[in-house]
This record gives sequence, structure tokens and C-alpha cells, in this order.
Amino acid sequence: MALTGIQIFKLLPGTNCKKCGSPTCLAFAMNLASGKAELDACPDVSEASREKLSAASAPPIRPVTIGSGATAIKVGGETVQYRHEKTFFNPTGIGGLIEDSKSAADIAATVKRWQALQYLRVGLNLRPELAIVKGGPNLAAAAKAVVDNSDLSVVLYSEDVAALKSAAEALAGKNPLIGPATAANYKEVAEVAKAAKVPVWLKAKDLDEVAVLTKGLKEAGINDIVVDTGARTPKKVFQDSVAMRRAALVGQNRDYGYGTITFPNEITDNLALQVPVAASLIAKYAGIVVLSDLDGAVVFPLLLQRLNIFTDPQRPMTQTEGIYPINDPDENSPVLVTTNFSLTYFIVSGEVEASRVPSWLLIKDSEGLSVLTAWAAGKFSGDDVGQFVLKRSGIVDKIKHKSVIIPGYAAAISGDMEEELPGWKVAIGPREAAHLTKFLKEFSVA
Amino acid sequence: MAFQVNTVKYSGKINVIPVGAQKINLGGQAAFPFYDFEGALPNKPKLALQIWDMDPGESYAAPLAAAYEGVLGDPGTWAKKAVEYGADMVCLTLKSTDPNDKNAGAAEAVAATQKVLDAVDVPVIVFGVDNKDKDVETLSAICEKFAGKNLVIGPITDKNYKQIGAQALAYGHTVIARSPIDVNLAKQLNILLMDLGIKPDKILIDPNTGGLGYGMEYCYSVMERLQAAALLQADDKLQQPIINMLGEEIWKTKEANQKVEDVPTLGDQNSRGVLMEVTEAVSLCAAGTSLLVLSHPESLKIVRYYIDLWADGGEIKGDGYLNVPITPIA
Ligand code: SF4
Repeated sequence: MALTGIQIFKLLPGTNCKKCGSPTCLAFAMNLASGKAELDACPDVSEASREKLSAASAPPIRPVTIGSGATAIKVGGETVQYRHEKTFFNPTGIGGLIEDSKSAADIAATVKRWQALQYLRVGLNLRPELAIVKGGPNLAAAAKAVVDNSDLSVVLYSEDVAALKSAAEALAGKNPLIGPATAANYKEVAEVAKAAKVPVWLKAKDLDEVAVLTKGLKEAGINDIVVDTGARTPKKVFQDSVAMRRAALVGQNRDYGYGTITFPNEITDNLALQVPVAASLIAKYAGIVVLSDLDGAVVFPLLLQRLNIFTDPQRPMTQTEGIYPINDPDENSPVLVTTNFSLTYFIVSGEVEASRVPSWLLIKDSEGLSVLTAWAAGKFSGDDVGQFVLKRSGIVDKIKHKSVIIPGYAAAISGDMEEELPGWKVAIGPREAAHLTKFLKEFSVA
Repeated sequence: MAFQVNTVKYSGKINVIPVGAQKINLGGQAAFPFYDFEGALPNKPKLALQIWDMDPGESYAAPLAAAYEGVLGDPGTWAKKAVEYGADMVCLTLKSTDPNDKNAGAAEAVAATQKVLDAVDVPVIVFGVDNKDKDVETLSAICEKFAGKNLVIGPITDKNYKQIGAQALAYGHTVIARSPIDVNLAKQLNILLMDLGIKPDKILIDPNTGGLGYGMEYCYSVMERLQAAALLQADDKLQQPIINMLGEEIWKTKEANQKVEDVPTLGDQNSRGVLMEVTEAVSLCAAGTSLLVLSHPESLKIVRYYIDLWADGGEIKGDGYLNVPITPIA
């Protein structure tokens, strides 16, 4: 965990030789502590100190990559308990369970169906990433059927170490997560993982055993670890998840500094009831949630939640500037213009679509601000919006009329816009998108 | 050594707010949501169902229309239905008074409220249309007419707190203070209301809930920060329970209204909408809500069951809950 300047100072040579560019070792230590200097700048630091310092600067929750290609995810790597403190970096992986007793044809059909569950939103592709392949003797064949028929990344789930070994070999290059390593088998699982160079998940009886197993795996040469605390009730699995995050970040306890895998599918058979389990765990810290099956009605809500929870709170999400046709507009369809704050775009486009009135929606770059703020900050001024409509957007090539609707909250810019758009009618739309349907139905272009 | 969870010391707690003539208690948390290993959580989040004072007509999502078939258009029987479905409270929204729509007046709003109060004996929330002038007109009249019933009245904003606040104070109601997803603005409005003389245990905070995938994250983080201010910094201007009007945010989204035939990847429409509502409800529970206003009775049923297990422990036995049909994708 991060050391203080004084703690770092004690590990430095103490000669104040200035070779690092700082006047004293203490000054250099302070700069290191605040991230303003790199340890390499001191040529004389001992090997032992270097090791201690780099161990101390390792992330408190180890990031582990699972899978490969478009569906590779990272588990762990988080640095805060609350998203507003900084951000959550690595969105919870969402996966479905495949039993290896299923036929190859069944598995193929299932994972093809799962792979189709992809949703484009704010320029991001939302989708479940994982298939959790569970079983014994047929593990390798089942896992192979998953990767041959989909691009899903794989978590292997078998107590049978020989089965894990052959399945890991069958998925060479796919970087599956393998497990569970338990008190009974962790050494053997570690050997398999080392040979295949893949990460390991462990299943503990409780939080006490988590530390025993992470230490054991580390001694056996495994660093890339994901933890199942063994909890299988809504309350326990949630509180364990919180306890893990607190232990790593507040307690600075390395034995708990790992991401987690959770099994809503083992908490209830009912797919609908797996949703609140998963939702509580996406909110609070799970690295992976496993469901018994994947369907749009189940994963789409969780993907939206995940998008919301893992969005960087410092950065507004934006929609690309341009023309968005809605409901198949033609040259006589109305034109609306608004800002590129993604929420504004979503709400406005949703309402326009719901109105069933064919329309052109123009999104103007306003640095991700909503209408009211953009207007107040001068990012949605009359000249600017007028220029955009007339020249930059290219809408004039698509329409025969000369009218444009602006958001009610930006009513004040209509005069300036009309100056930029000679001969045009600038109509003032409603303030709230909810009133767009009524507005559009009554609106006629000039 | 046995594992010990790192705990937090809290210096404040959320006020307990008794609502309705029947006095259901909201709030009272002395720890972050569901962290009962480090503080008392006496009252679980309560669940209300939202009803309208008119027939919603075409704009109402099909799964909701099906769930309330036969009672739409009559707030009394609709409210009764909501209570049958297990709602702790009923939220009557005065949709007909929207000046952009029917623009019904105070007398009609009072009549609709009367019908609901006659029909059910759970606490009632009466919610305006977030139009500063119209809400003053309707909610003021309702405050006066139903003196002493301890209705929950809102939304009150910094634009109309004086008028509605004074009426709520005079006639003994609880107010919903709505501010635009901002901790400081929430605090400011609470201070304004308390300066009017409204007691701290007569105010709920409405952080202006965004829909799942439509800005929920802003509200989520504001709620976490409100909780931190109330519990860790013991800020007595922010120790009010939070209310989230989330159901209508969910059901007005495009995705809740799309038919599965048109978008098979979104799955069964009824299940999808219900689970969107459940997912947001659980998220807001994790962020510290005290009162969720939901729309679909199946969402309420699932959320209620889940909150009980989440708070009290125990295994999911899950019989008789939503059965999600798996949608084939060609
Ligand atoms: S180079 Fe190293 S030894 Fe020299 S002053 Fe800097 S920290 Fe101290």
C-alpha cells in the first residue's frame, strides 16, 4: 500500500548526494510519495529497498485479465469504495452457465444466442462477455464448443483437476479463468495454471479461508487470482463483497487484495430472482456475476446498470455530432437540434421515436453539456448553432424546407439563429422532452 | 486470527419520519445501506406503487396497462388494487393537472385525492407535475382540504417551497423536497424549508431520480454522498430519508416499450420492464433510499422479497415469482 514520505525516506541511502535532482533524500522521498518522481532517478537505492518500494506501490486490488479478444475483461484493479471518490475502472463481467453434460449442438446454439445479446449505446457496445463452463469429464469438449461457436471468454468450473488441465489446454491462447482452487486441490490447480499460464479462481468456505487460499496459491507461484468467498445467500454474498473491498483498501490487507467471482445462479434457480442478486453485486464490487442463462430481459437491465455504475463520474458522456434520422424521415420531415450530452440525446431521441413522427435529429457538439448548461456556458449560442445547421451538419442537402426546432431551454438563441439562417423559421420546442410528441404532432415545417 | 471486517464509525443518523395517519416509519438508518454489521438499520426501504388521477391512455406502457386492467381511470379502485398488490403506500400523481396536457384544476385534484383516501388506509403520497405554479395551485388546496392526514406532498422545489411549504406546515403534512441531483442544492432547499418552520422529521429528499441507463448514475452518486454527509459528518441539514420516483422513469424509456417481436435481443417485454425496474430499485437501495415509488406490481413483489432477504439473511426459496421466457434469436 502507498507509503508515506517518511517511510520511503527510511529506505533511501540518506547521503543527500543530489543525483536524483532533489536537494535531499527527504525531498526526493516526498516527491516519490506524491507521485512527482520515479524511483529510478536515484541510482544508489539498494535492491532490498527497491523491492519493498515496488511491492508497496503495487495496486491494492490486483487487476487480473480474463479471456481474450473482444470479450476479455479485467477483474480487480479498483482503488475506491465509492464511485464519486474517483471512478470504478473495470466493469463487472457478466456470464452464463454452460453445463458440460449438454450436447455440442446445444452448447453451440446457446452461445450463439448469447453472443447476439449486444447493444450499442453512447458509442459503447454493451454485452455479456463470459461463458462459465461447468462439469467434469466433458469439460474440454464443452469449452471447445463455446469458443468454436462464439467469441465469449471462458471461465472453467470443475473440481476435477485433470478435466481442468485438458480444458485449459484445449483453450490454449484464450486465457480462461480456471477453478475452483479449494483447500483440497489448490496445489494441483496451481500447477495446471502455471503450465497453461492462466489465472485461477478459488472457492473458500468463508472469509477466513480466503486468506489461507490466496497465500497458498501465491506460495505455489500464482499471482493472478479471483476469489469466491463461498457465500450463497443474498445477505452474506453482499456483505462478503463489501468486506473484501474494505479489507483491501482500508485494511491494506494483501491477502484480500483480489477481485471476486459471484454466483447468483447458485443462490437461486429462478432467473428473474438472480437479477436483484446480480444488481446488488454490480453496485457493490463483484468482478464477475454468473447467471443460469442469458436473455435480453435479464442481461439488458444489468448491462445498463453496469454502464451507469462504471461510467467515469468526472467525464460527461457524449454523443457524436451529426445527423440522426429517426422514424425514416424524408425531405419534408422536421429538423430538431440539441446538444451532445448523451443523456440529452437519449431522452430526446427516445421521445421523438415514441412520437412516431419521422424527424431529423441534429446533435451539435456542446462539450457534453446539457441544453441549459451549454446555453449558459456559451456552447450552444445562436451563431454557432446556426452555422452548424446551415453548413457543418449537412442537413440542407437532405431537406426541402427551411425550418429547425430548438430546445425550449435555449429559446433565447432564436434571434441570433435567424440572423445566421436568413429565410429560415426557427421554432422553439418544449422545455421538457416529454412534451415532444404533442409538439411534433402539431408542428408543420415552413 | 479470524477475519474481521474493517468497520466505519458513524456519527449521525437519518431521521425517522412517520408518514400517514397510520404512521409508517421511514428512515432511521445509522449505517450505510445493508451494512448492519456496523450500525442499526431499523426500517427497511418502503415500497409505494404509483397510480394516476386519470386514465393514462396510449402513453402508458402495455405491461402496466395489463397489470392494472379494469382500474385505470378511477383512482380509488386503482389505489385499492395497488394495496392488494402489497404496496406500503400509494403515490397518486396528478397527471391530469399538467398544463401541457389536460390542465385540470385544484378541485379535480382534491376530488381524486379524496377518492384515494376513501379507498385505502395506507399512507398516501400526492405528487404534482413538477410545474412550479400548477403544483402550488393543486397541492396547496390538497394540504388544506386534508388537514391532519399527514400526506406526503411533493415535489417542492426552490421555486415554490414558500407557498406549498407554508400550507404543508399549517396543515401537518410531510413534504418532498426535490432538487436537481446536487448535494448542496438539496441542503439549501432543506434549510429553506426548515427556516419556514418545517420540522426536520417532516421532510423527504427527492434527488430527482434518473432512469436506468438514463442518468441513474448521477442520482446514485448524489445519494451516496448524501448518506456520507448525514451519517459520517452528521450534517443535520441532510439527515432526511430519500424518496426515489423510479417506476415512471423506467416505463417511459424506449426500451421498456419496445415489443419483443421488433427487438428479440431485448427479450420478453413484460419481464424486461419489470427487471429494469427491479435493477434500478436494487441499485437505489444500495445507494441509500428509504422509499421507492414503483409502477409494476411484479417489480414490487420481487423487490420486497429481495430486500427482506438482503436485510434479514436467509436463502432464496423463490416460488411464484416471475418466470422469464427465453426468447429465441434467429
Ligand atoms: S540520488 Fe538517492 S541518495 Fe542521492 S539525494 Fe537523491 S535520493 Fe538521496
